[in-house]
Amino acid sequence: MGQIVLEQVTKRFGDVTVIPPLNLTIEDGEFAVFVGPSGCGKSTLLRLIAGLEDVTSGEIRIDGKPSATIPPAKRGLAMVFQSYALYPHMTVRKNIAFPLRMAGLDKAEQDRRVTQAAEVLNLTDYLERRPGQLSGGQRQRVAIGRAIVREPAAFLFDEPLSNLDAALRVGMRLEISELHKRLKTTMIYVTHDQVEAMTMADKIVVLRAGHIEQVGSPLELYRAPRNLFVAGFIGSPKMNLITGPEAAKHDATTIGIRPEHISISASEGRWPGVVGVSEHLGSDTFFHVQNTGLGESVTVRADGEVGFKYGDQIYLTPRADMIHRFDAEGLRIA
Amino acid sequence: MSTKASRFSARLMLAPAVILLLGWMLVPLTLTLIFSFQRFLPLRGGFQGWVGFENYARFVSSSAFWPAIQATVIIVGGVLLITVILGILLAILLDQPMWGQGIVRILVIAPFFVMPTVSGLVWKNMFMDPNNGLLSHLWRYFGADPVIWLSDASMLSIILIVSWQWLPFATLILLTAIQSLDSEQLEAAEMDGAPVLSRFWHIILPHLSRAVTIVILIQTIFLLAIFAEIFVTTQGSFGTRTLTYLIFQRVLESQNVGLGSAGGIYAVILANIFALLLMRIVGKNLDR
Repeated sequence: MGQIVLEQVTKRFGDVTVIPPLNLTIEDGEFAVFVGPSGCGKSTLLRLIAGLEDVTSGEIRIDGKPSATIPPAKRGLAMVFQSYALYPHMTVRKNIAFPLRMAGLDKAEQDRRVTQAAEVLNLTDYLERRPGQLSGGQRQRVAIGRAIVREPAAFLFDEPLSNLDAALRVGMRLEISELHKRLKTTMIYVTHDQVEAMTMADKIVVLRAGHIEQVGSPLELYRAPRNLFVAGFIGSPKMNLITGPEAAKHDATTIGIRPEHISISASEGRWPGVVGVSEHLGSDTFFHVQNTGLGESVTVRADGEVGFKYGDQIYLTPRADMIHRFDAEGLRIA
Repeated sequence: MSTKASRFSARLMLAPAVILLLGWMLVPLTLTLIFSFQRFLPLRGGFQGWVGFENYARFVSSSAFWPAIQATVIIVGGVLLITVILGILLAILLDQPMWGQGIVRILVIAPFFVMPTVSGLVWKNMFMDPNNGLLSHLWRYFGADPVIWLSDASMLSIILIVSWQWLPFATLILLTAIQSLDSEQLEAAEMDGAPVLSRFWHIILPHLSRAVTIVILIQTIFLLAIFAEIFVTTQGSFGTRTLTYLIFQRVLESQNVGLGSAGGIYAVILANIFALLLMRIVGKNLDR
């Protein structure tokens, strides 16, 4: 149904190469997330798949068919845009029905599908309103509704949650995940937020400057980041990266240890340090520990009730089995 | 701007402009109103007493009145039709990325900077002249008899001249409106399976509706008062005598200030009706 294969795909804008040759397979029914810092080419990649941009070379196969000559509308893909791109002069009903109208479906069938989509997305009460009268979350749902009614082979999401406030974002994240579980349709989701990537994806594709840095399930990426970039990008707060003599002890140029894999004690441990700023989240507390002799400050996660104060002398102990080692090129040492 | 002192000083500073504008408007309007109730023939005895509404009745019952209204409506309507339709097409064309875009845009706007009198004369002498005009040369080149534009197709000629002048204005407003269209909306429509024409009809045109209303509103108010283009070309003959031109003839050619003033008041009322009507439509559009 919705398998998408990218083979040696490149994209250049003039002299600027945005996507160097890239290979990727997204299986049918998979929730794939493209994640990376802004400007890494993830949106471009999505637009290439959608057909809104032409590939410079290489081939994209959707459902086994080469897509080069297929126009966007005929690829069986539906896209949800960052700005939602709702049509402001049409009611919610007409917005959702627009792709059906363009496909020439008869009125009864249009109504049936719109009503169905509205039920799924809790939009039934808003069908006669215009986008301007809806809240951000409702607009988001209309945009998704417009995608659902087409019953596409795959959904493409281009940073769909970046315009919502934090609380709403968490809610919509769940709704989209739930939608995926229910429809079992391939979804490709672009974001710069690693939390969205970790929580929603079956498969995360970490991109940097058009290159795929690593592909894998969220836990694979968390447990075994292939290089320093992925190590620093996945996980929140960021992994502590330590160079110098301490790394040399482990036969590595750089070692990485996540804040949640360091234990903290007032009396004894491997690395002495002084508590700097601490961030209390209630459930957890993040200590930024200074003067460890490891170069930079080290971030440590502790239980919310641990009550060290600014300037306290403490000791840190990393969990030996959770230390990631990287060589001089920044690649993981197995 | 919320304290008493700042509001007071704001009013104080606005006062000169407000007083000047009010005087500018009110003095001529009041004078016109006063004249319209008098029998006032400057060259034939001057002021000859108050006559009530006689001027108003005479102006409307004159055989020239309804043809003048008709001519006005045809010219305003024709120009609006041409400028809006061509304006939309030109705006879409100018929105496309192309080489020398800046220069082309300036060239397109240029006719708006030409004074009405000058453009009227240029069209009359360089394009529409039956002997030497470019258009007659063109017609002869194809073996046709040159059209004697200003007498045989007088109405069309005036509409063409005025449209040429106002097309840049419409294009400019519509171009900025098109540029404000979110490109993601067009891409979304493309993904939704809308071909080019459908995208124009369902996305671009509704997006432009507000700009089109504004173009129509502003142009109507100005077009109701066009004068120079008629004065330098047909002088109101061959059916091109608009309401404005009729008033001019009453006041200056027949030297009947009272009668002309009554016509002037009619024109003011007409323009206001149009303005109110259009403001309502614009207001409705802005509400969305």
